[in-house]
Amino acid sequence: MTDQVLPQVTDLPSTIAALKERFPNAVKDDTRNGYEGVIVDAASLPDFARVIRDEYGFNYLSSLTAVDYLGHGDHLEVVYHAFRVPSGGKPLVFKAQTDRQDAVIPSLVSIYPGADFQEREAYDLYGIHFAGHPNLKRILLWEGFEGHPMRKDYHEAYYEQETKPFDTRWPGGHVFRGEEYNPFGHNVRYPAGFTLDDYKPQSEADFQQSMALGVDIMGDPAFRTDRLVVNLGPHHPSTHGVFRMMVALTGETIESLEPVMGYLHRNHEKIGERNTWYGNMPFTDRLDYICSMCNNLAYAITVEQMMGGQVSVPYRAEVIRVLMAELTRITNHLWSIGFLLNDLGAFFTPALYAIQTREYILDFFEATAGSRMMCNYMRIGGVFKDLPQRIRSEAALINDRVRDMDTLEYLEQLINDRLPRSIDELDELLSESEIIKSRCIGVGLLPAEMAIAYSASGPLLRASGVPYDIRRANPYSIYPELEFDICTRPNGDIYDRYYLRLDEMRQSVRILKQILPRLKDTQGQPIFGGKTSYSIKVPAGEAYGFAENPKGELGFYLVSMGGGNPWRYHVRAPSFINLTPLGEMCKGHKVADVVAVLGSIDIVLGETDR
Amino acid sequence: MYGSGILKGLGVTFRHLITTFIDDIQWLGRKRDVDVFQQKQSLANRGLVTVEYPDEKLAVPERFRFTPFLITYNQDDPDYPGKDWCTSCGICAKVCPPQCIWIVRGTDPKTGRPKPEPEQFYIDIDICMNCGYCAEYCPFDAIKMDHNYELASYERTSAHIHDKARLSREIRYWQSIAPTIAAEEEAARGGYDHTDVQKARKKAGLEPSRPGPYAAKPAEPEPAPAAVAVAEPPAAAAPQIEASKTESAPAPKAEATPPASAADGETPPHPGWVKRGKRWIDPNAKVEPVRRKGKGE
Repeated sequence: MTDQVLPQVTDLPSTIAALKERFPNAVKDDTRNGYEGVIVDAASLPDFARVIRDEYGFNYLSSLTAVDYLGHGDHLEVVYHAFRVPSGGKPLVFKAQTDRQDAVIPSLVSIYPGADFQEREAYDLYGIHFAGHPNLKRILLWEGFEGHPMRKDYHEAYYEQETKPFDTRWPGGHVFRGEEYNPFGHNVRYPAGFTLDDYKPQSEADFQQSMALGVDIMGDPAFRTDRLVVNLGPHHPSTHGVFRMMVALTGETIESLEPVMGYLHRNHEKIGERNTWYGNMPFTDRLDYICSMCNNLAYAITVEQMMGGQVSVPYRAEVIRVLMAELTRITNHLWSIGFLLNDLGAFFTPALYAIQTREYILDFFEATAGSRMMCNYMRIGGVFKDLPQRIRSEAALINDRVRDMDTLEYLEQLINDRLPRSIDELDELLSESEIIKSRCIGVGLLPAEMAIAYSASGPLLRASGVPYDIRRANPYSIYPELEFDICTRPNGDIYDRYYLRLDEMRQSVRILKQILPRLKDTQGQPIFGGKTSYSIKVPAGEAYGFAENPKGELGFYLVSMGGGNPWRYHVRAPSFINLTPLGEMCKGHKVADVVAVLGSIDIVLGETDR
Repeated sequence: MYGSGILKGLGVTFRHLITTFIDDIQWLGRKRDVDVFQQKQSLANRGLVTVEYPDEKLAVPERFRFTPFLITYNQDDPDYPGKDWCTSCGICAKVCPPQCIWIVRGTDPKTGRPKPEPEQFYIDIDICMNCGYCAEYCPFDAIKMDHNYELASYERTSAHIHDKARLSREIRYWQSIAPTIAAEEEAARGGYDHTDVQKARKKAGLEPSRPGPYAAKPAEPEPAPAAVAVAEPPAAAAPQIEASKTESAPAPKAEATPPASAADGETPPHPGWVKRGKRWIDPNAKVEPVRRKGKGE
């Protein structure tokens, strides 16, 4: 950022017009039906990106993903969504197209460091080479994987049919287990010339190289050094799942850190392309499984955006959606604070206090949606069912104990009394503790400019002092009519991230208190304004829908060809992208702080690896 | 003062410790009472909330969804004993997100034309993601989500594929685990009977629907003074456990006993239950001794 030109804040259409004037041959409108934004010539992409960042203020590259248009133009397309942070507003969508055979697109990592992991993901899944990327290698899959699975002509080992529903299920459904057709050990293909015997993990070799160690410490007992590489994870309780960090240490100080992920990868996006539009809803539960309600909401608003006037969400459904989303935010923050303290060594006392409170919210979810965590509650055009009259159960198993409570009374007591009390108690328990302060203050610093550049979102961004909250910047549902503040903290260290979550929970309670009278006023009103059929068709086009999830910006980039299944289903996962600055945040700290820094980012591996 | 923050925090944990004991003393000896349990699980509770599984289990709410099961008429139904409610229309198999349902549509042996009942019905429980779409989109109320979450077995490859015999349950089972929902659905259908049966009866010039054995009972979700009035826990539906053990039993037999009417004219919370003192119990239930900690093993 050498040239300090003040960004011109203009509205989107005039910005696009100006850009087309600036790059007369390279930028043209995306004229396909249902598409938005501009198509940029691949060669001038870096120039374009630099101009929109420095001169037009689109300083935040939120989402980067690829689409395979096999049979629809036979090209690969990389789609970028850039935002102005913190001022907000609609994203500038720009795309670059490339050939399927040798796919090359210039890398934007030097302009937007937040593109790092996302470009690696697109390379991994689509085989697009990002020229100029400093570290272009597979991120979710391993080197022994053949092919690029998100390409439309790639078929998985258990491949049955292009899209669901599968024809073998009805009317002559012969039951079979996929495993019998693809026995374990025979369902894997390796790239040509690849043998397991010679396999040396590329990531480790590269990392050792980048460390300039050049000496095999493990192999040479006589070699004395204080510099060494340590693997934290993947099987370690402090990594919140199967997540690995390769850490280069001098003594106890971290020289560099590289996250390694993908141990929980299941190609959620490929599954999503096989699924019907409705079928994806329960799969979104499994992304960030702490916040399934919010995932449902983000997916529902994206598809609703594509359906346009075909669905209208009734007011009561919106009220219930916000109720669920804010309760989920509280459960998530309780969970993350509890486990941050676990990471710091306060073994399970704070975590269990937090979980006990969370349990009351989950009880309500279970009575309303039918499941504590895999809620599958939102529908395209509303919600599954209205709140039950009573939270009650019937004994069905031996030793069952039953309960019976009035739902509204329960909610009132929960929101007005129990949640504020629990939040205050956590505050009292933790905030002033000298141990926590000395472990957290000044550790894992993420300055505001860096947070924006690295596309950090959610509490991670706001704790660095950037007042950017999608509920205000790009409002959805009924958030515009609700009163709440965007919490920020100035320093961007672990303590600020912790404290910000406490503040956000208080704001959530404030929202919930405004939701309660609305719930009472709208009693008996419809909760679903979509299509009642079991399969829906979505008009052709694209949409990027995003919502402020407890962990950050959860976005869905969907492309429809007008059928019953998405052509492209991309998840912009906050847990994944928030890890991009992890290496920078840990540099110079002690090895024990890595765990705390990771805990303060608050990731869920179900969403990171997808 | 340095260290005051830690002391303040320790004060919170100490408060938790004390309230736990206050709770225990307050409910000394009455821990297993239904109302005490309700109190301990409520939002007002400040002490321990732990449920000591499997000595005691938290009954799941009515909307809880675990694995799907198929509804049939009761075995003692005078007109359609054990008849399937499923018409093999295939909507559940099509809407199922992980595609875990296989249905073979029934054919009439005489004409060879499809007839509205399934010949085979398989659900691979390993694939099932418990989303509840099958129950939500079934137009005939023929597939419902079960509440029994204790499905562990030693045999992975075969025991987890549930066939039609294993899946079928009488409608009275659904009415017993989710009375409020069953009553709502009955109202939406316009009567106790299956919609197709109602149509056929209308054609034959009969009342569209018979009242059904329990039509009177689950009509109101009883906004009564709560838990005490509702089912009594320890000896609840044992037949279910038995049914899941014998895998290919044609249908749960244990429940087939006709509902015994209670002594003083009250309706039992479950069919066939009798009143002992203040409590309703299931006379057929297999009573499992409650195992205490610190004994053996």
